[in-house]
Amino acid sequence: MKNLIATLLISLAPSIVFAAGGNVHLDEVEINLNNKASLQRGAKLFVNYCLNCHAASYMRYSRMAKDIGLTDEQVVENMIFPADFSKEKQGKPKKSGQLMTVAMSEDDGKQFFGTAVPDLSVVARSRGADWIYTYLKSFYIDEARPFGVNNTTFPSVGMPHVLWELEGLKKAVKTKTTDADGHEVETVVFETVVPGSMSPVEYDNAMTDLVNYLVYMGEPAKLKRYTMGVYVLGFLFILFVVSYAMKKEFWKDVH
Amino acid sequence: MTSKAQAFMNWVDARFPATKMWEDHMAKYYAPKNFNFWYFFGSLALLILVLQIVTGIFLTMNYKPDADLAFASVEYIMRDVDFGWLIRYMHSTGASAFFVVVYLHMYRGLMYGSFKQPRELIWLFGMLIYLALMAEAFMGYLLPWGQMSYWGAQVIVNLFAAVPWVGEELSVWIRGDYVVSDATLNRFFAFHVIAVPFILAGLVVAHIIALHEVGSNNPDGVEIKKNKKDGIPVDGIPFHPYYSVKDIVGVVVFLMFFSAVLFFAPELGGWFLEKDNFIPANPLKTPEHIVPLWYFTPFYAILRAIPPIWESQFPGVIAMGMAIVFLFFLPWLDRHPVKSMRYREPIFKVNMFIFIVSFIVLGWLGTQPATGVLSELAYRFSELYFAFFIFLWIFSEQRSAKYYVTSFIVLVGTVVVLDILRGGDADKVAMMFKSGLIPVICFAVLLIIPAKFKASTQAKPVPERVTG
Repeated sequence: MKNLIATLLISLAPSIVFAAGGNVHLDEVEINLNNKASLQRGAKLFVNYCLNCHAASYMRYSRMAKDIGLTDEQVVENMIFPADFSKEKQGKPKKSGQLMTVAMSEDDGKQFFGTAVPDLSVVARSRGADWIYTYLKSFYIDEARPFGVNNTTFPSVGMPHVLWELEGLKKAVKTKTTDADGHEVETVVFETVVPGSMSPVEYDNAMTDLVNYLVYMGEPAKLKRYTMGVYVLGFLFILFVVSYAMKKEFWKDVH
Repeated sequence: MTSKAQAFMNWVDARFPATKMWEDHMAKYYAPKNFNFWYFFGSLALLILVLQIVTGIFLTMNYKPDADLAFASVEYIMRDVDFGWLIRYMHSTGASAFFVVVYLHMYRGLMYGSFKQPRELIWLFGMLIYLALMAEAFMGYLLPWGQMSYWGAQVIVNLFAAVPWVGEELSVWIRGDYVVSDATLNRFFAFHVIAVPFILAGLVVAHIIALHEVGSNNPDGVEIKKNKKDGIPVDGIPFHPYYSVKDIVGVVVFLMFFSAVLFFAPELGGWFLEKDNFIPANPLKTPEHIVPLWYFTPFYAILRAIPPIWESQFPGVIAMGMAIVFLFFLPWLDRHPVKSMRYREPIFKVNMFIFIVSFIVLGWLGTQPATGVLSELAYRFSELYFAFFIFLWIFSEQRSAKYYVTSFIVLVGTVVVLDILRGGDADKVAMMFKSGLIPVICFAVLLIIPAKFKASTQAKPVPERVTG
């Protein structure tokens, strides 16, 4: 019976892979939340390039400052750009405790990009770090798209290549080959057309920093919970030894 | 005790049966001395219930049951509330842990025949707890208002729409709207935080009172009350202190596993917290795969496996309902005098094994897209799931060889008739023939072996007293 089920399940394996198909290959990114410098560089990229259209409206600047090793003053001076001019002429004073919201409304987003611009607070938890990392490196020139670029990880995405100054512009060269099983496989190779201010390696590192920051922002508690978990498990281990000894003592007379 | 303390207790006892209750349920409740590993899960379930209620109270202090605010309020708890993330993860991990523990607790009952006479009511109260728990989990899962919360609720509430004639009205009545919306969120919140927990607590009390009335079963399935000395079961030991100190060890070990998940992998790779639930609910965008959390997937697989009749999903809904209803009737389906699997006939163990495998395979299939082969497999394992109950009944007593063979023919005939009713194109029929081997081979093992080899249906003698 066991064998029959095992055989059946194994024979199903190809169809399972097929069912999960349609996924693009993802590059792996190394996340290290203990690397404060990387988180700071990532935060800098984030507030400069992302936090104009995308909000991170569940996250406070002050929390970020505390967690990645900046002061509130540094953040207010250097990282909060838009002051709110809607009520006061000289602009509302910037506060480190404010949420990372943006001035652009949801309707603006729909008008400008054809779709509401998603909030990025927990994007690393829904998409995963590898996906974002690959996505940020997969823009290529496509004149048919409104912003002149398309993306192999997220085809027909509404977002322009915001980081093109850094990465430059690439074109996608698609080649079709036949693999061992006789299936046609399309491989895409990028070729740089317009160089950016960063070399490909520098850009990869920058994107690692950015994704590292997004992973941190998805769950700031991550910085604490591992350490706390070690202490809790240590405590429980001691408690186990004590409670087991107590049980043994009480059960001595049970036969 | 000092005379002052004694005087105080006398004063209380004259007004409230404090000492009597303590003795009836703890200090003079005699439990069999041979409880094993499987007997931890009852007290652990109680622990988790308390944990869920306490963390739930703290969560409601900051959670907002409002479609516009719910998602953000959960993230507020995760970031801005002191130790909010810890409380939230305790609650989300606790939900899954509750089902882990309850499933193991139910499996223990199955193995040792704990549902059998005179413990039928304990089983029935337990099944009602299980039902209430499913309702509690389902409604709680809507509250974070993520994509999976939303669409999971949409799918499950739509099941009620499959009821003939009144379905549409029924589903609107449940939702309070034509789609899952703010109204649904509000009422699910009300049910989740007060109505269902209240029922749960009451049922747990009934479950324990019924248990303490008849006394606990044990891995040998021996009634310890039949062998008493001075009115105390010879094989019994007072729950307190023996099992209270033993259960503390169980609690600590459980908490180690619980903390390992909570602190190091609270999502457990998407099994405890799904990826898509970190995207706020969007009524206009259906996720690619709508997958309920793991504890519902066996039933979800059964639901999807049953083909619609006259374009109505109702048969699937009925099958899913029956999958749970059958469990209620266990005490009257399995009437074999031997309780524990230890002494049951070998073929009974095979039946149990097939059931457990079916349940796990169905659970896995429920997480996969319901495409051709997978959906066919789900159908076959659903057949095995239901056949388990029929076999329990068949194995309740000694049957003639003819009885087994006739049962085999009837069961295979039923499978064939159902397949003819299902119908389909040439490919589907070919697949049916292949997959049909699964139930046919299982039925053959369970019925032809007993017909041929009498030893496979012989239970072992049950000892007079508990062993070990």
